[in-house]
Amino acid sequence: MTNIVASASNITKIFDAESGRKDDAITALDGVDFDVRAGEITGLVGPDGAGKTTLIRLLAGLMTPNDGTILVDGIDVSADPESVYQRIGYMPQRFGLYEDLSVQENLDLYADLRDLDRDERQDTFARLLDFTDLHRFTSRLAGNLSGGMKQKLGLACALINTPKLLLLDEPGVGVDPVSRRELWKMVKDLTTEGIGIVWSTAYLDEAEACDHVHLLNQGQKLFGGKPDVLTGSVKDRVFRLDHFDGNKREVLASALNREGVRDGTIQGDAIRLLFAENIIPDVSGISGAENGRLTPVAPRFEDAFIDILGGGPDGQSALAKDYRQIEATDQPQIVADRMTKKFGDFTAAHDMNFSIPRGEIFGLLGPNGAGKSTTFKMLCGLLSPTEGNGSVAGYDLRHSRADARGALGYMAQKFSLYGELSVRQNLEFFAGIYGLSGQTAKGRIEAMIDTLELRPFLGSDAGGIPLGFKQRLALCCAVMHQPPVLFLDEPTSGVDPTTRREFWQHINGLVEKGVTVLVTTHFMEEAEYCDRIALIYRAETIAFGTPDDLKKEASAMAGKEDAAHFTMEDAFIAMIENADIVRENSDPAKEAA
Amino acid sequence: MASALSSRRLRALFTKEMLQVLRDPSTILIAVFLPIMLVFLFGYGVSLDTSVVRLGLIQQSSGSASRSLAASYANSPYFDVTQSNDKEALFADLTAGRIRGIVTIASDFDRRYAASGKTAQIEIVTDGSNPSTANFVSAYAQGVHAQWLASQSAEGKQTQSGGIQVMPQFWYNTALTSRNFLVPGSFAVILTMIGSLLTALVVAREWERGTMEALIATPVTIPEFIITKMTPYFILGLIAATICTLMAVFIFDVPFRGSILALYILYAAFLMPALGQGLLISAALRNQFVASQVALLTAFLPAFLLSGLIFEISSMPRWIQAITYAVPARYLIPPLQSLFLTGNVWPLLLPNIAILLGFGSLFFVLIFRVTRKSLD
Amino acid sequence: MAAPAFTHWPAWARMKALVIKELLAILRDKKGRITLVAPPILQLVLFSYASTLAVENADIVYLDRDGGAATAELVQRIQGSPNFRSVTRVSSEKAIEKAIDEQDAIAGIYFPQGFSADLKAGHPAPLQIVYDGRRSNASQIVSSYLGQITTSLNMSLNAARQDKGMTTPSEIIATNAFNPNLEYLWFVLPSLIAMISAITTLSVTAQSVARERELGTFDQLMVTPLRVHEILIGKSIPPFLVGLLNSTIFIVAAVFVFDVPLQGSLILLFGAIIFYLLSVIGVGLFISSLSTTQQQAFLGTFIFITPAVLLSGYASPIDNVPYWLERIALANPIRHFIVIVQGVFLKAMPLIEVLANTVPLIIISIFTLSAAAWLFRHRME
Repeated sequence: MTNIVASASNITKIFDAESGRKDDAITALDGVDFDVRAGEITGLVGPDGAGKTTLIRLLAGLMTPNDGTILVDGIDVSADPESVYQRIGYMPQRFGLYEDLSVQENLDLYADLRDLDRDERQDTFARLLDFTDLHRFTSRLAGNLSGGMKQKLGLACALINTPKLLLLDEPGVGVDPVSRRELWKMVKDLTTEGIGIVWSTAYLDEAEACDHVHLLNQGQKLFGGKPDVLTGSVKDRVFRLDHFDGNKREVLASALNREGVRDGTIQGDAIRLLFAENIIPDVSGISGAENGRLTPVAPRFEDAFIDILGGGPDGQSALAKDYRQIEATDQPQIVADRMTKKFGDFTAAHDMNFSIPRGEIFGLLGPNGAGKSTTFKMLCGLLSPTEGNGSVAGYDLRHSRADARGALGYMAQKFSLYGELSVRQNLEFFAGIYGLSGQTAKGRIEAMIDTLELRPFLGSDAGGIPLGFKQRLALCCAVMHQPPVLFLDEPTSGVDPTTRREFWQHINGLVEKGVTVLVTTHFMEEAEYCDRIALIYRAETIAFGTPDDLKKEASAMAGKEDAAHFTMEDAFIAMIENADIVRENSDPAKEAA
Repeated sequence: MASALSSRRLRALFTKEMLQVLRDPSTILIAVFLPIMLVFLFGYGVSLDTSVVRLGLIQQSSGSASRSLAASYANSPYFDVTQSNDKEALFADLTAGRIRGIVTIASDFDRRYAASGKTAQIEIVTDGSNPSTANFVSAYAQGVHAQWLASQSAEGKQTQSGGIQVMPQFWYNTALTSRNFLVPGSFAVILTMIGSLLTALVVAREWERGTMEALIATPVTIPEFIITKMTPYFILGLIAATICTLMAVFIFDVPFRGSILALYILYAAFLMPALGQGLLISAALRNQFVASQVALLTAFLPAFLLSGLIFEISSMPRWIQAITYAVPARYLIPPLQSLFLTGNVWPLLLPNIAILLGFGSLFFVLIFRVTRKSLD
Repeated sequence: MAAPAFTHWPAWARMKALVIKELLAILRDKKGRITLVAPPILQLVLFSYASTLAVENADIVYLDRDGGAATAELVQRIQGSPNFRSVTRVSSEKAIEKAIDEQDAIAGIYFPQGFSADLKAGHPAPLQIVYDGRRSNASQIVSSYLGQITTSLNMSLNAARQDKGMTTPSEIIATNAFNPNLEYLWFVLPSLIAMISAITTLSVTAQSVARERELGTFDQLMVTPLRVHEILIGKSIPPFLVGLLNSTIFIVAAVFVFDVPLQGSLILLFGAIIFYLLSVIGVGLFISSLSTTQQQAFLGTFIFITPAVLLSGYASPIDNVPYWLERIALANPIRHFIVIVQGVFLKAMPLIEVLANTVPLIIISIFTLSAAAWLFRHRME
């Protein structure tokens, strides 16, 4: 069945520049063709600023294209948007929910707005609530739902009158893997009802599972078709490198610098490499990997994505090159000593206990609201622990908090820079606030501007520069004072794979200089970069170890032998599920009932 | 094709808006707390009655006329008199603002008063740094003097020379309580606050929170959207107006002499331009913070200063008077004060209501022009 | 490169960076500059021209049942006064009633039959004047204007009779100290310096912490080595400068544009301004520490500034409010500063009096600043 529910042909969309000048106008989409088939999930991927959101908004009739035609269910969107609104379900990036209305009230509202028949209504609600598993929460305010539940509710609201076309704009951002996987299953089920679905995403494992994928870059379509076709283009070029002698980060850097290596990522103790076409893959020229083992592995969509976009970054981090060498020490750089945080009766984090040596990347993982943020905030001095204590770079968090703060660099999700200040002003502010002054500050700032190529943006508002540069700037500001310890709070949430790779290349470089890194993440690919991980769930540490340890442990739990094919995300989900089972079995109230 | 107005969608949107109103603490703050605070402030805090003014008195002559005049000042209910012969100390008090005027009965007062053909002089120095107080001080000091003269002649001590005897009457507010016109007048400020400030926030909030995007992608029409955005705040405005009216009548004893129906018609007519202005601001600006600043400057401040509430419009420079014609509150205050203090003065009510409705229609035309179902 | 010694960073360098950042945040974008400049100027214009309690251009109606010379004389004198716009003759008592009801006139005068004759004969001549009590304030002022006119007519009638051997035994000579012609602008402009600099300073301060919270930069700021008091000082200096600049501009405007005499010492005035601004900044930081969004900060500012302006003694004398409210209003910095600024401008207020009014400002600043610091610490988690 190849029934087309929506098609866009030769779409061009130009945004007027804020300055009002014609030359500054931005071409968000440039002659793009696009089809959505009924009963299929059509993925929309591409780096930030590729035009994904614009395309979805055009399909939803929220904007009018400058050129080209869009048909939804045979209706021209520009000519008759009202009829299109009747036929689509749309979930914008922030879900479009009224946070001060309850789950049921949100559903009622959208049911009425979409003229859902009164007779059908109860059945529909029952079905949607079943489907989203929100029955228990109908009276809860949408604002009090977790990210994953908000997403499901957003989806339910978009599905009220079974649309012909369902538009989902980056539904997975900021949501933990368990919720993301549930959402995917739900949407997949919808295809059996013949709904045509557009799913825009930065998660390429989702793209891989779509029936069709369109890859946009800078307003142009680079690929359109079945994901296997694109993945197939890197067939026989992806390898797993393991059993090498060198340090994994140094080996990766060396590999990325080698001619013919298009891309590389750390996968626990191993390295995943993508070779260029017409190159015989081998370990030659990769220092530290002379004795390594290179085994071909099945390509993923992400490999092909990076390939078509021109490959990953170089191995060298310009930022790390100029960084001071952090003196070697046996003293652990970050210590959580039986830390507990309670808010009233609620225990947000219980008995967190770990110590991180110099030069290690330590990951805090866990679903939303599990307590990883609380632990993170206690360690960087934003929250005081109710019990226990911690230290950073040898400074006790109870008694020398200001010194500890001086010794750490901090980068939060969404890059909390001062958006209304220029790039240079941001740099100068952070230099000053960390006590750098005069020539030291000037020299450090100039060096950063040059190595990270920020010069073209110096005078621009930090809020308005492209995301990749924003990330660089945020990192610059966080390490301006060359701290021995770096705290990263979901640093690459919502960021495309290319930008993420560049970020981790800098972090890897810094770690080689002896910097200690604590990172929280939802992104399981990112977890692979960590040396050790603590998995936090319901305020407790439920697993602890290297990524490979966790994968092994989880695959054993799930009764699967083949740990190598077990991804970090599989491990995460298996461990969370296991923790739930253990908890239910030991819950005396449940037993009594 | 969706019809322009569907009762189901209207009801659904209205319910949603109402729930949001009830759950948003800042709404309750603006719609309930602030009105009560303002009515109290205008009821207790702002009073243009000069009830008792502190006055210095220098009595340099000690004859019976001087003593009796000094006693008249001391006994006057309008003055709180400090008697002293230290001129400099009293002047220092005047400079410090501890007294508002100095009355000097000169040493030759009794002599000149008794002598025929001569006029004894009483000197009054007021604190001109506050002109209105200064005016009151000299007017009341004159009044005390005139009364004293009259009583002297009644006792036959002096030949009364006749002259104009002014008999003032203050209609509708015999005791000249400024509260009686300030409290109803303050409702203009309160309704402007709810109508413009609060509504300025609501559409901007939909844009900021991204819910507007989801709404546009449904069959909701612009008239439905605007009507349901307006109605809850209209109701809220009427509720606040009711609270204020009850407070005025029962707490501040402001008389109410008009008809309740006329009062509510007037409130409703005023809410049209007030709500219209607020919605227009937020539809055009789409940013809560900017919208609230603009609402403050273009709605709240004019309602305060340019409506005739405290300051006489007719005394303002011509170009400011011209601006006041664009301030809806100036059409609310005179009929509102009349409803409270006079009764149904239809020639005052009807034209003002018509003008308010005219303003309202103008705003709504503009709102329809700037609100579009599009993100472009 | 040696590891920096974290403990020895000079606090001033950190604060300097924060102050520069705060100033940029206020001044850098166009919207910010406009919200800093436009409202004060608009307020200056509106307040200085619109907020007059004087009554000019009053409309009067009169009913003449007398037809004599004294009536004509009085009507002419009223017409000649700059305070009245129109003096209209009507033909019935009903017409007076109508004119007042519909607010076409603020007062109506009945000249009874025989009015002129009584006056001529030296008999008391009653004159009934009705006022619109709904506008009690304006009525009272008009009543005092009419009182002055009748008094002066009486005096000139008496003077005429004096030749016949009759005199007024006593009269009042009124003069106005500090402001001889009772120029309303002389009163308004000094008060405006107090109010507008408070409003601007408060809005800027109230936004400062709330903005960081809303935009998500607050945590970022809190993990830097800045200590709480450094943050608070760093966030106080820019609004302080803004307030200082604002008051200076308004002082200059008052003197050079509006010709208000500056009789007292500028040094005393600026000494008081320092503590005035500090007390307002304390309130602003308190509101800001309490707010999580800019919206809340805005509402907080509004809730503070409205009563503060109303109870400042500007719109109406503070002596008139009930005792308990007057006590509460002692905590209002605007109230104290208005006394100082009016005193220094018009009365050459001496040091001791300025000090007496500055002490409450110092107490208020100590209290509000410590409360803000306390709240800021407690809201960190």
